[in-house]
This record gives sequence, structure tokens and C-alpha cells, in this order.
Amino acid sequence: MRMFDAVPKQVEEELSRRGFLHLAGMFVVSVASTQAQNAGPYPDPNYRQLDSWIVIHEDSTATFYVGKTDLGQGTGTAFRQMMADELDVAFEKTKIIMGSTDVTVDQGGSGGSDAIQVDGWPMRRVAAEARRVLLEMAGQRLGVGVDQLVVSNAVVSVKGEPGKRVSYGELIGGKKFNVALSGNDVNGTTGLAKVKAVQDLKIVGQSPQRYDIPPKVDGTLKWAVDVKLPGMVHARNVKPPVAGAKLVSIDEASVKGLPGFVRVVSKGNYVAVVCEREEQAINAARKLKVNWEKPAEAPFPASEDLFTYMRAAKPMSERKTPVVGNPEAAFASAAKVIEADYDIPFQGHTSFAPAHAMADPSNGQMTIYTNDMKSYGMRLGVAKFLGIPKEQVRVIWMDGPQGYGRTAADDAGFEAAYLAKELGRPVRVQWMRDEEQAWDTKGPAFTCKLRGGLDASGNMIAFDYDSQCCNYGHVGYNEPDTVLIAQLMGVRKNPPNAGGGATPDDMYAIPNRRMSSKVVRLPLIHETPLRTGNLRDPNGPQVTFASESFMDEMALAAKADPVEFRLKLFAGSTKDDSGFKRARSIAVVKAAAEAYGWKPRSSPQRQAKGDILSGRGFAYSFRSQTVVANAVDVEVNRKTGQVWVKRIVVAQDCGLVINPEGVKGTIIGGTLHALSRTLYEEMTFDTEKVLDRDWVNHPTLTHMDSPEKIDIVLVNGDPNPQRPDLPHYGAGETVCKPILAAVANAIFDATGVRLRRLPFKKARVLAALNAVG
Amino acid sequence: MSKISLKVNGASHSVDVDPTTPLLYVLRNDLDLHGPRFGCGLGQCGACTVIINGAAVRSCVLPVSAVRSEITTLEGLSKGGTLDPVQQAWIQEQVPQCGFCQNGQILTAKVLLDKNPNPTDEQIRKGMAGALCRCMTYYKIQAAVKVAAQLKKSATGVGA
Repeated sequence: MRMFDAVPKQVEEELSRRGFLHLAGMFVVSVASTQAQNAGPYPDPNYRQLDSWIVIHEDSTATFYVGKTDLGQGTGTAFRQMMADELDVAFEKTKIIMGSTDVTVDQGGSGGSDAIQVDGWPMRRVAAEARRVLLEMAGQRLGVGVDQLVVSNAVVSVKGEPGKRVSYGELIGGKKFNVALSGNDVNGTTGLAKVKAVQDLKIVGQSPQRYDIPPKVDGTLKWAVDVKLPGMVHARNVKPPVAGAKLVSIDEASVKGLPGFVRVVSKGNYVAVVCEREEQAINAARKLKVNWEKPAEAPFPASEDLFTYMRAAKPMSERKTPVVGNPEAAFASAAKVIEADYDIPFQGHTSFAPAHAMADPSNGQMTIYTNDMKSYGMRLGVAKFLGIPKEQVRVIWMDGPQGYGRTAADDAGFEAAYLAKELGRPVRVQWMRDEEQAWDTKGPAFTCKLRGGLDASGNMIAFDYDSQCCNYGHVGYNEPDTVLIAQLMGVRKNPPNAGGGATPDDMYAIPNRRMSSKVVRLPLIHETPLRTGNLRDPNGPQVTFASESFMDEMALAAKADPVEFRLKLFAGSTKDDSGFKRARSIAVVKAAAEAYGWKPRSSPQRQAKGDILSGRGFAYSFRSQTVVANAVDVEVNRKTGQVWVKRIVVAQDCGLVINPEGVKGTIIGGTLHALSRTLYEEMTFDTEKVLDRDWVNHPTLTHMDSPEKIDIVLVNGDPNPQRPDLPHYGAGETVCKPILAAVANAIFDATGVRLRRLPFKKARVLAALNAVG
Repeated sequence: MSKISLKVNGASHSVDVDPTTPLLYVLRNDLDLHGPRFGCGLGQCGACTVIINGAAVRSCVLPVSAVRSEITTLEGLSKGGTLDPVQQAWIQEQVPQCGFCQNGQILTAKVLLDKNPNPTDEQIRKGMAGALCRCMTYYKIQAAVKVAAQLKKSATGVGA
């Protein structure tokens, strides 16, 4: 077996920076002192030092070090664009190192779609500061004031005297800046320089190709699953067969004679089998005989009874938004009141490949190779879990299959570290498909009750939203007391995480509004496959499905076109309501309607005879500062219940766009992921276990479902679109919100049948169609 | 354990493994070919796809002892340092998000186009249907398959 000679690029870069030699495919250390550095411990890189962020090489190329991870949306490319632009270095002369806790400052990894919106700012500021420092150095070198200098592609020259010049490489190549930065936290990091005005940015707004795509396409990228180390072994978990089961005994003899067997590791209800080879570990984990005792009480209701259970459950907590106007009086005076309930099941991350990690306990340290999007959190969490100083833990982020949120990648990292510590050898852990479908964290189930009042003219004068969300005991990211291995070992967070409910995000000016969201719990909240964790815009798809479906129900009651009905509700003030969100909502809704070619009419439309019914639907929402609207066409086969979303229009305003093609790719991916949640995804379970544990029984969107056409409109709806400080907002998750309701509204338009329970599987759609004849 | 001979991407190898071992683990762990990857272990997703006898084969459910012909993996797709037209199209169209499934997508598309150089939209959908993607890059993949078909024609001088 060849060892891990093709190391992740960030490790390779850092080692060469520290004086390591890359020789004959293996690392050879040039001097003993640098060996000690690489061998640990691993202190935190200091975000208040310019050298922690930027290295200029002798050839005037630059390497950027940032504390983020790229889940495949091209944020690494976008960061390079932003930093190269501020630094005045050509994009292709830059590299970026991301998310390795020992060499990049802690920017938290990924999450919340804030990479561009929040973390992009310190990156721009430190790059601007590096440019300022280089200009000062050049002024001294060339004997002129800084105001006499111009910069282009890493070369500083004197205005009007292009022969008087010096390159960045000549000024500082290979040497340190030794420049201190300020800022109360990493997000506030700044030097003395100001960032450029939008009008002066040249690389931002272009679409250079993503640097990570060629190695993903030609097979040369080294993923976290590919890490190999001398002396490594393979582990597989053995999970309880039913939720809440207690381990009584393990019959180790059932696997002891198997080839390659190394050890059974168990503590509490956590069990893993370790073997020399991967297929041996899989085989042994399947053959290990474990005696489990079922819990006395059923851990949860069966999935078919979930919503009945949730509606009746006593809330653990309640979150209310400030009441607007007097909803009760408005409902009492309304000419028409509409009420509807919407149900959204648990949905899984169900990552394309199961959770995995490699942990290496060499040199008394712990190095974890992972695709977990929050490498910094994993470092702290593992240190606490193992009871060792954080300086002894290093987490190296590498590419991996994405599940978009708090996936079992967290759990696998802790498992690998625990097993590596137990065995004193590098351990690679990977979950199996059935384990991933069953035990990965879930997006919480919701049941939402909505009520709306219209006056005699069809104006929406009252709105009431009330939801029950099954989210108690929600697991956070990399928490040493909520990761699955800790729970199985008997660790209990006390009190458990409360979890959060959620209310709709819209800019409708409804004069009387009340919104409340309550969190309920299942009987079992520990060691359960129905543990909840953030899934790509954690509650947005669920809540927006309810609220934007309901807006169409209100439009129907008002005999109004759904787009015109929404636009009328934007009639409130468009002054700066934190980012001009109402003004930008109007721009986005209009842009989506225009791109679609929306002609006002009411739903449902009259249908010709035939098996295929066509319809159109609309929906809108925002997340943080990013606004999105969808207009879609669907075809519903009334004989089979199959729904095909034939065309999707997405209009999005995410402020200043860094890389238009990158944003479009992100929009397509997020939209279709949410479409998969619309049409297919739900966790099914009986009263003790998750039932559907593979891609046949738990289907996902496939090539067959891909729309014929997707039109994307990038909107800049700022009232002053040319302002030099136009902010850049996050493009990642907002698109996951409106598509579910847009499809539901289109199905209603096509069939006259309102679907209020996700997902719209064939059988469910057919039953609904048949129910109305 | 038993000695098994394999020919992969033009090179011959001999491995000493349990003959029931799925080919995937031998390629990844013994031959260091990381293009094929574990996704489900059930032959349902396509992550582990390799090409054998011109067919896209799921290596996670194929015992290594059952392999009789040469295996091509993602690493073996380029010829003389030039990427296959499918790979070129994938870069041109900026297909991947996370990219983990793209081994299966690329090899399935390669086999599809080798058999049918001018697939219709419907044939592309059906031909690619078994290759899953959880980043949902299907829309870009289907566009890239058409680009690849064109690139392939210009590379071979057919229909130019």
C-alpha cells in the first residue's frame, strides 16, 4: 500500500513554507527543529498578524490563508477574487489554503451562508492592508511618496515613469510582513487601509473558473476519504438495532477469528470493530453478535402518526415575534377568514457518501483529516471530548461529499479520534449507507397552522402563524456532549439544547400579524436516530412551504393573481429597513415574474383533457439579506401522480455578486436540493427505528427529474445600485426556501388540488387527485 | 486470501486478497486509484463506477475475483495527457459542486456517448438516471453531455 504521499494542498504548502522538503513522494524533514513544529503542538494562528493571512512569494505570487471551508459552491474561488482584487495581484497568480486549524485563522469554517457576507470583509481588509504596506515599502525603495505610485499585477511603478518599478516579490518575496492588525474578533480584523470602492474592483464580478474543478474531474484531487497513513487500521460502527437500546453483552468470539481482526472497542452503547483492511472491518461489523435490550417505552411515534402526535404535544418552549396591530379585532372584522394546516416531515441530510474521518495519534498529538465544514469546532470539541489541550489537536479540512449542514461528519471525526487514542494507531472510520440514512441528523419536522383575514375588497388585513416544530434536543456542531458517540457513551447535556422554532421571512405589510413557533419533543431525545441538526437553511424550507402556499390560498380567496396579490402587500414603506429588503423584495418578485412571462390570472386554470396537467406557481422569501423568488411550471400526470417541474425561474438579489457563474451554480444546486425535498424526501420510521435506509426505498431527485429549463436572474434591487459600498450577501441557502411552495402552488394551478403535506410523492399526489375525483 | 491478477488503465497488478472483496476496495486501498469512491455499497448511486468491456460497472458490488477484463478508472480516462472530451466538457460547463459523485457521472456519460454519439435529451436523462448526485448538478451535467458530444465529434473529425 502506498502511503499518504499526495497530501492535501494546504498541508503541502504549509510544510514547504516551513522548510520541509517534498521528496520522492514522502515528506522528508530538512532540519530537526521544523520537524518538531509539524509534529505539534499546534497553537492558534493569530488573526491579528498579517502574515497569518497572506504570504507573498519571490515570484510575486500570493497565497491566502483563510479559516473557511468550501462545500463545492466555489467560495474558495470567490475569496481569491476578492483578495486578489484588493491586493492588485492577478487572480491566476494566487492560491488559497482553507480550513486547516494549525495554519489558517479561525473563521469558523462554513455555516449560515455567511462566507461572502461576513468573512469576505476581513479578507478584503487584510488584502488591502497588505497592498498598503507594499506601497509604503515601494515608496521608500523608489524614493517617492506613495501618492506617486501605481500598482498593476503585483508591480508598483512611479506615475508617468513606468521604468521606475519594483515587484511585490522583490519587496517582500519569501519574507514576513510583521505587521500587526486590529479588531476585537476575527470578523473585525482590519489594518489601516480601506477597501476599494465597488467601481474599482476588476476581478470581482468576473467568472474565473473554479480552481477545484479540474482535479475533481481528472481524478487527481485527494479527498478526506483518500487519506492513508503508515500503520492505519479501519473501523466500522455497530449501531443499536432500535433506538434507545441498551448494550447487554458483546460476543467477541463471533468475530475474533475473522481475517484481519484487530479489536472490538466499546463503551456504554458505543460499539466499533477495528480490522486491518476495510472490507474486513465491514464484514466483522456485520458479524459481531451483540445482545441489546429494547427500551421499555417506545422512543417515538411511527412516522404516519407523527403529525397527530406533534399537534397534541405539550410545547417545551415558544418563540413569538412582536405582534403587529390587533390581529383578533382584524379577524373579527374580516369579510373572509381562511385557515389551513401544513405538515413537513423529518428530512435527512443523507449525504451522497457516508460520514468518514481519519485520525492520527502520532507524536502524542491528534490530527484529524475530515471534510467536516467546521474544522475549528471539531478541534475544540475533540480536545474536550478526549480531555487533552486544544493545542494538541489539529483538524485538516479536505474535500468530501456534502450533506449541507450539521451532518454525521461531526460524529465520525470524534469517533476516529476516540478510536485512534484507544488503539494508538491511525484509524479510518466510515459509516455505511444504512447507518447514514438512519442515524445522520435530521431537519426538524413541522406542523404549521395559518390563518388569514381579507377585508371586503380582498385586502389581506390579518395574518396568524402558529407552528409546532419537533426540534427539542437539537444537536449543535461538534459539541463534545451531543455528538453521537458521546451520547452512546452515556454523556448527557443538561439541560438538552432547547432547539428553535421558526416563523416566515417576508416583507409583506400586513397591518395585523401574530406569529408564534413552539418546540415539541419526542419521548426519546438521546441516542436517537431522529436527533435534529441544521440542514441547509435549517427551518426555512419547512416554514416557507407553509407560508408561501398559504399566500396563494389567500390570493385564491381574494380572486387575485398570486403575483399581483403579493406585490400589493409590498405597498408599505421602502425606506432602509436594514438593507432595503422591501425595495429589493419588490425588485426580485417583479424580475422573476418578468423573466417567466407571468400574465395575471387566477388559479386554477381550466385544463384540457389528457393525462398531463400543466400549471404554474410562484413563491418568494428572503434569508438574512438575500431575497429570492421562484416562478415554476409543472406537469402532473393524473394517471400516476408523478410531478415534473419542467421550468424554474429564479430571481435572486444577493447584493454585490463576486462570481456570477459561481452564484448560478450555487443557485441551481440549492434550488434542486430543495426540489428533492419537495418531491421525495422524508424519513419513515416505525415506533423503534428508521425504516427506509437506501436510495431505492428513500429516493432522491435523479436525472429524470431535472427541469428542461432553469432561468436565473441576478438582481441588484438596491435603491442606489451604483453605491461604492454595495454589500455582498450570502447566496447559499436562500434558494432552498421558496421552491417547495412554488411547486405546491403550481400543482394547485394544474389540478385544483391543494397539497399541504410534503413531500409530493406519486402515491400521495395520486391519492389527493382521486379524493376530489 | 488468494492471488488475483488485474489489468487497470493499461497496467498489470497482482493482489493478495479475499476473492469476495468488492473490486472497489482493491482499487482504492491496494492500487491507490481513488477515482472510484464508496457511496452506498449497494450499487445504487454510481460513485464507485469503473468501465469494464465498454460498460459502466458498479465496483462496490463486484467481487474482485469475478473481473476478467481490463478496468478503466477515472484516472485512466485521459489519453496522452489530454483529458477525455467528457472531462473537458465538465470543466468548460463548471459542472461539479462538491464533486464527490462526478466519477460516476463522468464515466456513465463516457459510456453513454461511446455507444450513442448523438443522444437526445430523453436518452441523456435515461442513460444517466442511475448516477445520483446530492448536490443536484443534473441540470449542468445534461448540458455538459451535449457539449461533450460536440467536442468528441470535433476531436474525431466526424460531422465537423
